[in-house]
Amino acid sequence: MKSVEELLAIKNKIKNQVDVRREDDQRVRIVIGMATCGIAAGARPVMTAFLDELAKRNLGHVTVSQTGCIGMCKLEPIVDVYVPGEEKVTYIKMTPEKAVRVVNDHIVNKNVVTEYTIGSSEK
Amino acid sequence: MYRSHVLVCGGTGCTSSGSHQICAELEKEIKKQGLAEEVKVVMTGCFGLCALGPIMIVYPEGSFYSRVKVEDIPEIVSEHLLKGRIVSRLLYQETVQTDGSIKSLNETNFYKKQHRVALRNCGVITPENIEAYIAEDGYQALAKALTEMTPQQVIDEISASGLRGRGGAGFPTGRKWSFAAANQADQKYVCCNADEGDPGAFMDRSVLEGDPHVVLEAMAIAGYAIGASQGYIYVHAEYPIAVHRLQIAIDQAREYGLLGKGILGTDFNFDIDLRLGAGAFVCGEETALMTSIEGHRGEPRPRPPFPAVKGLFQKPTILNNVETYANVPRIILKGAAWFSSMGTEKSKGTKVFALGGKIVNTGLVEIPMGTTLREIVEDIGGGIPNGKKFKAAQTGGPSGGCIPADKIDVPIDYDNLIAIGSMMGSGGLIVMDEDNCMVDIAKFFLEFTVDESCGKCTPCRIGTRRLLELLTKVTEGKATMEDLDKMEQLCYYIKENSLCGLGQTAPNPVLSTLRYFREEYEAHIKDKSCPAGVCKKLVRYSINDNCKGCTACARKCPVGAISGAVKQKHVIDPATCIKCGVCMETCKFGAIEKK
Repeated sequence: MKSVEELLAIKNKIKNQVDVRREDDQRVRIVIGMATCGIAAGARPVMTAFLDELAKRNLGHVTVSQTGCIGMCKLEPIVDVYVPGEEKVTYIKMTPEKAVRVVNDHIVNKNVVTEYTIGSSEK
Repeated sequence: MYRSHVLVCGGTGCTSSGSHQICAELEKEIKKQGLAEEVKVVMTGCFGLCALGPIMIVYPEGSFYSRVKVEDIPEIVSEHLLKGRIVSRLLYQETVQTDGSIKSLNETNFYKKQHRVALRNCGVITPENIEAYIAEDGYQALAKALTEMTPQQVIDEISASGLRGRGGAGFPTGRKWSFAAANQADQKYVCCNADEGDPGAFMDRSVLEGDPHVVLEAMAIAGYAIGASQGYIYVHAEYPIAVHRLQIAIDQAREYGLLGKGILGTDFNFDIDLRLGAGAFVCGEETALMTSIEGHRGEPRPRPPFPAVKGLFQKPTILNNVETYANVPRIILKGAAWFSSMGTEKSKGTKVFALGGKIVNTGLVEIPMGTTLREIVEDIGGGIPNGKKFKAAQTGGPSGGCIPADKIDVPIDYDNLIAIGSMMGSGGLIVMDEDNCMVDIAKFFLEFTVDESCGKCTPCRIGTRRLLELLTKVTEGKATMEDLDKMEQLCYYIKENSLCGLGQTAPNPVLSTLRYFREEYEAHIKDKSCPAGVCKKLVRYSINDNCKGCTACARKCPVGAISGAVKQKHVIDPATCIKCGVCMETCKFGAIEKK
């Protein structure tokens, strides 16, 4: 490399990839139900879709993790989104396409995708 | 994108307890479970908690698994990485709270009081990838120095920070650089002393293994400051992992144009080469080190001329320790005021210590200067195992001295340690409890210096040997009180007349133990006894009335020194006994006594 700008470009590119290792309470978390029921209902492609979309948009501050069964197996795949300072949002019956929209609308543009949430299914 | 990163310690400590096998097993299991696209395995440098190795940490949860075994890996992968259920059974138990929740590693006693500057990337990044270092502000300090600062400003910043040499002597780094900068020459050199030789010290190794680029970056900054275009790192051949990673780092830095000609588009040229030392302790002394780089036998030469005037190949040279360099990029980036806000009046910043000896958390700690020995031993180190009492701590290895229990609350910095007869040294800190004999400790260190004396000057070559003979007499109960005075005289003679730092500091362990534990020396001489029960020649084993006559000890005794009939009290023949202690380990009734 021949300039400071190139150095900064590498830094910004890699920083996103290692953000997951920083301890930080102000981080958006996506938690996917990955018990047997979740996996059977297709949680794994959903998780991959989340990871791909986050990578595409360079959202290194968002972590993706799994959790066990919460008891509503018929609504799986279930995904919880925790935005710091806001209430948890629970999305149900997720698909890879829905995952992309959750990242774009909820995480990037701060609009909860109400029609996918558990609240809307109960109505 | 990876949702989870698994960091496995690849430092020498964890490597020797099998972290490479763990890494291989981890990658195999992750592949088997189909997680290779989601979970990334990273081998890092030392985390510091070597006592708990092999160490593994899983992000984003930050779960800290300690003493991981290969057999545990399938469970960790299928439970934690696949299903998201942390295997709390295998976690470092201090991170598991009573309600079952897990606290951050930085909240544990070991890490809470630490402040990591020199070690900030160790255990955080992978040392074999330059981009990982760049992501943590790597080479930003070099960029700042080259594009925004003049060489004089770099030197002024380092001077203002109050950084002092971390190799032991504590010479102000900025002043050293300004001397070399002021001398005009067609060629100057920047050297790094990575010839860490003190028994029990391993902080330089950990920096080189965990964050090799920080040393390269700092040396380039130093080269810019003094006007040098060539650097040498003199490192032990016995540090194979460090040498390997340094070579990778140098190759990568050249490939990225961060070493070589026209760095970052400026007209600054700088390159670094490795020179491997064969492990002679004296080569850690600066003039001997340079003589060795030149290709000669590693022997010291008189100073002056100092290296800043006539150093390597007779050219102006600066020589700094690994840990000193590890602080430099942070000072350039965050400023002298930030650095000097840490520490005490005359010792700024932090210091890395290698904790060893009789302590629970053996490992590497970095603390602000001015922390007391009590905080290091009791809070960070977790105290002394088996409920024993703290007796003393040895700092500075064979060049340093001991700090007795009544000085445990002295804030540690360069000047306080000198005042109490020890020295900072490179940072080895060996903790001793009531079972350690101080005469024996002094003898241990002296044996080391006798072996390592290069032989060039007489006071060191012959003086240390005579001193060792006197010490041996003490440990065998053959010395007189006059010998004690002779020893002290000889110590001062060696200190004043030796050519280099090795001889000038070699008597320190004897002098400091004489200062604080004179009564222990006197017990050896007058009472012919070793209070700690270490010196074999003075120890007597005997059998008391607890003896049931089980004959177990008599059967185990390798020299047949124990006699006695079944169900009768046994007797040890002191003339035959070789004091191996097997009888004491064998006896179930506490009938064997050691005095």
